[in-house]
Amino acid sequence: MSQDHSEKQPTHKPLHETRRGFLKQSSAMMALALTPPIVLKAAEKDEAIAALFEKVPVSMEINGKKHQLSVEPRTTLLDLLREQLALTGTKKGCDHGQCGACTVHVNGMRVNSCLTLAVMQEGKKITTIEGLANGEELHPMQQAFIKHDGFQCGYCTPGQIMSAVACIREGHANSPEEIREFMSGNICRCGAYDNIVSAVMEVKQGGQQV
Amino acid sequence: MNPFSFVRAGSPKAAIDAVSKDDNARFIAGGTNLLDLMKNGVMQPEKLVDINNLPLKDIQLSKDKLHIGALALNSTVAADSQVKAQFPLLSQALLAGASQQLRNMATVGGNMMQRTRCSYFYDTAMPCNKRQPGSGCGAIGGINRMHAIFGASDKCIAVHPSDMCVALVALDAVVLVTGPKGDRKIPFADFHRLPGDTPEKDNTLGKGELITAVEVPNNPYTKNIYYLKVRDRASYAFALVSVAAALELEGNVIKSARLAMGGVAHKPWRLTAAEKSLIGKTATEENFRAAANVAMENAKAYEHNSFKLQMAPNSIVTALLKAASV
Ligand SMILES: Cc1cc2nc3c(=O)[nH]c(=O)nc-3n(C[C@H](O)[C@H](O)[C@H](O)COP(=O)(O)OP(=O)(O)OC[C@H]3O[C@@H](n4cnc5c(N)ncnc54)[C@H](O)[C@@H]3O)c2cc1C
Ligand code: SF4
Ligand code: FES
Ligand code: FES
Repeated sequence: MSQDHSEKQPTHKPLHETRRGFLKQSSAMMALALTPPIVLKAAEKDEAIAALFEKVPVSMEINGKKHQLSVEPRTTLLDLLREQLALTGTKKGCDHGQCGACTVHVNGMRVNSCLTLAVMQEGKKITTIEGLANGEELHPMQQAFIKHDGFQCGYCTPGQIMSAVACIREGHANSPEEIREFMSGNICRCGAYDNIVSAVMEVKQGGQQV
Repeated sequence: MNPFSFVRAGSPKAAIDAVSKDDNARFIAGGTNLLDLMKNGVMQPEKLVDINNLPLKDIQLSKDKLHIGALALNSTVAADSQVKAQFPLLSQALLAGASQQLRNMATVGGNMMQRTRCSYFYDTAMPCNKRQPGSGCGAIGGINRMHAIFGASDKCIAVHPSDMCVALVALDAVVLVTGPKGDRKIPFADFHRLPGDTPEKDNTLGKGELITAVEVPNNPYTKNIYYLKVRDRASYAFALVSVAAALELEGNVIKSARLAMGGVAHKPWRLTAAEKSLIGKTATEENFRAAANVAMENAKAYEHNSFKLQMAPNSIVTALLKAASV
């Protein structure tokens, strides 16, 4: 059985001319510029690919864009996204796999980006909350969260939404009970759970393509 | 996290070489336990050997057994149609563990190798014989609500936290291992160990040995099974007590039974005597209670976990009732 479910990537419109958008774009370009000109072949057999403190080249696709990056082995995917690429939509809650705020999709599967290393993402396709909308048009799950008040402070929300989309795609959103069980990896300190379940149920029942 | 060097292994042999030649090297699979421990400074490997490119992900059912590669994901195994149909106890136990996000990263080998969640083990300011041999046990005389009631020693009273392993020990799984000295097979019940005087050793795997697969022999436990997990919240929490129960029934008579518990010992705890006591009996609450009493012989509680002395037998009875659909 294959473990890579390829993500259906929506076509991306360019980032908007907001300050944050500008920061994101420029730092992504910085990362590219800093990559050594010769990109080492990463999967060379059983070779040490990074010594202590040495940066490693790694390439991955993030929200439909290819990135060639350079990371220290101890950089988590979460820190890469937030600190190197300024994709701050993905939140750091606990940094230990206990809250789900950092949930992103890797090759279509939801994972906690705080407990995986950036160097382990070679050749992978990453989708973050920034890559979910289709330009100005919100993803149906984002719309449903707004409609059902699926958040208060909003800190857990990007993780909840990424998780909820995956929950439907996996086929684990067939009843409120099943949604609660399969969304249990996302903690909400504000206790918006009931409304989150309503949002997921509505999208699931609406039968829209997620 | 302390800095470390990083190697991507291209073959099992390369992985074994890289780890066996280097005292402070570790394999990394999903990373969900190792990175957590490294962030806390509980484990500080100087070299990580990434084994994710090794071809150890397959799940294959042959006429006498199920073969699961060590790198198969917990979520993939749980959702596999053959596993669901022929080994539903394993699927249920996997789904009772962690969250879907974690199961999407966690591998079968990593799950077996995960370390205890004892809070003193995690807190580097506290004594812990498992983390730092000879430093003492913070949990004995400390807060020990989550701790063992079977097989503990005066050096360590921690429990193994896995759910998957409880099902695998009940189903007589076998662990396939390759290492510097060649290949070997370890019966699942002998893979994890009791703490004794060396709690720093969780299991019997040697330095540089790599788990390549787990095999589960075919069995008749496809219908009357139940994995019960009792925890502080409804989901996404480690077990206080868990029970894997499987029955082979002929009418209402028990032909054979499998029972194991999690959250009660340093290893997944197989209840062989209780299983035997059920053979030939009818599937009634009274007989289940008698088996639970057999299972509880030699149980010993500490200051904060004496509730497990009631919770464990009650959980056995409940799991058996659910398995038998009585
Ligand atoms: C918040 C949270 C909640 C959790 N809840 C549960 C729960 O309820 N139930 C449960 O059972 N588990 C639970 N877990 C634990 C989870 O199941 C484990 O972290 C996971 O199974 C480890 O697998 P991994 O592949 O990520 O291992 P890694 O972290 O990659 O590795 C763990 C260890 O195994 C070694 N290793 C890995 N693969 C091999 C191999 N093939 N051969 C030899 N050694 C190997 C590594 O060297 C390392 O020492 C939880 C974890 C978290 C963070
Ligand atoms: S119970 Fe074991 S793991 Fe916990 S503090 Fe004592 S020695 Fe350490
Ligand atoms: S930040 Fe990753 S799970 Fe909490
Ligand atoms: S909305 Fe505040 S934590 Fe969930």
